Amino acid sequence: MGAERRVVFDLIHVVQGSARLSQALIRDKRIDTLFLLAASQTRDKDSLSDDGVERVIRELRPSFDWVICDSPAGIERGASLAMRHADLAVVVANPEVSSVRDSDRIIGLLDSTTDKAKRGEQMEKYLLLTRYDQIRAERGEMLCVDDVLEILCIPLLGIIPESKDVLHASNMGFPVTLNNPTSAPARAYNDAARRLQGEQVPLVVPSDRATLFSKLLGRRAA
Amino acid sequence: MKFVDLFGRQRSATTAHHRLQVLLMHERCAGGNPDLIPILREDILAAINKHVAVDPDKVRLKIDRGEMVSLLEIDIEIPTPLKHPLERGATAVHFR
Repeated sequence: MGAERRVVFDLIHVVQGSARLSQALIRDKRIDTLFLLAASQTRDKDSLSDDGVERVIRELRPSFDWVICDSPAGIERGASLAMRHADLAVVVANPEVSSVRDSDRIIGLLDSTTDKAKRGEQMEKYLLLTRYDQIRAERGEMLCVDDVLEILCIPLLGIIPESKDVLHASNMGFPVTLNNPTSAPARAYNDAARRLQGEQVPLVVPSDRATLFSKLLGRRAA
Repeated sequence: MKFVDLFGRQRSATTAHHRLQVLLMHERCAGGNPDLIPILREDILAAINKHVAVDPDKVRLKIDRGEMVSLLEIDIEIPTPLKHPLERGATAVHFR
């Protein structure tokens, strides 16, 4: 997110009580209402306690519309800490065997180990399928959306097309939605966010590919 | 590039799909959430093994999950005893 130079205190400081939450929250320079709370860059994530994370999330809840816990990839303690107190979960998967397999296990954990599950409530879960290549999926070279949905059996929140723009934005310390808002992945992320907020947005895979018609027009204009 | 390579690559999504089904069937079973299908599979294999020795490598399974029904296909290759020195072969048992 490009805030690495501005981190003084992080989540572990707050959990261990060596900093207040307000000291550790970093206001994003691009979006006024967005604050970041960094996970530790250097220290072992094992020093996070479950009670500590719960306290921080409880403190954040009244001040924000959304508290997004970015879970570490895979099925480790960090992931279970991040999901424990969630109201809903967005499972992010690539159309690859290992990723879909891990997602299946995470969905199992969401339904069994989270606070909400332990209270006997149903955890709301959505799938965000990233790095998707429509053409390769159509050719049978990549798991298609239906394959993944059939296996994971959770509602689809969005499909993010594979794009060079994502790595480029990440290299620059920007989310792709801000770095190149008109790019296909940015539009797909924006649509997914609107669906998460309850808006009805038709599910299509945005594409950067110019149609033959627009190519012809572009050439004529140039 | 050989034609076979091209063909193989085209179908890799199907292979991935089947690999996932097999992986998850075992994991879902191990994760304390036993599904009926893996239990059935074990029972069927055990029943056949009582009478005929089956090489586990010669067992291919495939699952199609639908909304209303799931389809379990088990292909088991059972070696046939030699009748004639030149006549070697195997019987394929197909359950569906």
